[in-house]
Amino acid sequence: MSLKHDIEFTLNGVKRQASVDVTMNTLAMLRDVIGLTGTKYGCGEGECGACTIQVDGVSLNSCLMFAVDCDGRELTTIEGLANDSKADALREAFVEHGAVQCGFCTPGMIMQADHLLHKHPHADAECVKRGIEGNLCRCTGYKKIVDAIVAAEDGQRTAP
Amino acid sequence: MTELKHYFAPTSLDQAVECLKDGDVTILAGGTDLTPQSQAGRIRIKRTLMNIRHIPQLSGITLEGREIRIGTLATITEIMEHPLVRQHLPVLVEACNHFASDQIRNAATLGGNICNASPAGDTLIPLLLLDARVELASMPEAKLYRHSMPLATFFVGPGKTRRSLCELLTCVRIPLPGEGHVAHFHKLGTRPALDISTISIGIGGTLREGVLTNVRVAFGAVAPTPVRAARAEQALEGQKLDAAIIDRVAAIARDEVEPIDDVRATAWYRKEMIHNITRRMLTHVAQA
Repeated sequence: MSLKHDIEFTLNGVKRQASVDVTMNTLAMLRDVIGLTGTKYGCGEGECGACTIQVDGVSLNSCLMFAVDCDGRELTTIEGLANDSKADALREAFVEHGAVQCGFCTPGMIMQADHLLHKHPHADAECVKRGIEGNLCRCTGYKKIVDAIVAAEDGQRTAP
Repeated sequence: MTELKHYFAPTSLDQAVECLKDGDVTILAGGTDLTPQSQAGRIRIKRTLMNIRHIPQLSGITLEGREIRIGTLATITEIMEHPLVRQHLPVLVEACNHFASDQIRNAATLGGNICNASPAGDTLIPLLLLDARVELASMPEAKLYRHSMPLATFFVGPGKTRRSLCELLTCVRIPLPGEGHVAHFHKLGTRPALDISTISIGIGGTLREGVLTNVRVAFGAVAPTPVRAARAEQALEGQKLDAAIIDRVAAIARDEVEPIDDVRATAWYRKEMIHNITRRMLTHVAQA
């Protein structure tokens, strides 16, 4: 029997409780215990950024975080951002710039971009490139993603 | 060999060091290394997993007298954005800026980077240049006991330090660099982000009228631990940085290190890069 521990945290604005294996990571908890599968498993070792979420206002790789360490903290996943009108501009910019191909990196990319734009509201392309260094995309070659994030900030995107 | 039996998240330093008396404890801070290493089976979590996040005494970056104290829980992002660090320790900011990715910098702690004792640990080279000391707490009797040691003597081998199983690294103390202090860091890798150094170099000292004193030269990923290069330091001490001395020191540095072949580079390449980049950095210092 593996050791379990009860934790309480805020997930996308809602208080949650969970009983988790002490050795489980946050990504596994989100996907397998809570059932939110928007956050993706890519590499499991912090190289790809597909599992990026926000914890207490900063972006983290959920695969590199023990689930027990969520106790008392505030988590936002892509499902939370999907219902947040403040992220509309970012979401629409991704659509308009064709920044999504297979889509696997997209939830992590959006979570990181959202964090980046909070921190650097006037991010230019260079700043965006640095900011998404920890997110791999194997389809787009990044240009459309960078364009989308810069445009989301600039408000340059055309209305749908 | 026991299996994981307890999870403990102490809220005070006393509780944490009391728990460590047992000696069979794995310490969790940022988790960016422990999570993947333990899940891949490369690290076995001991009988107790202790999460030190909720101990306020282990956080914060403050000026105490003529020293900057960086709590063990300070994240790489907190360090590189902190006004005290940016003002007084720009070489540490430089190294943090090359550390992994934003997501990892937001979670990884300074104490974790030190205690993991990787020969390629990014923050370790600037900390060596800055004469950092590490402070350790334990509870041998009923009272909290603290002692400190220079970081330069803390590392024993890859992943091995002089921290005993009953001790907790609480903070790093860095003396404020004096007038004329210069320090530079260079990390050589194949891509800017998320790379483990092929080699890294730090050079520091006090520069007055082209003469370097109190010289510190430190290298990463060329030995079982991050190392100070005593012979290169000695050759530079008190010298005017002209082309001849720069060439001589670069050659001494190349001969002084004893790297290994591994997946990232051959020993030969590492030695050549130590030579070339030491020369380039010293030339840069001389021209500044």
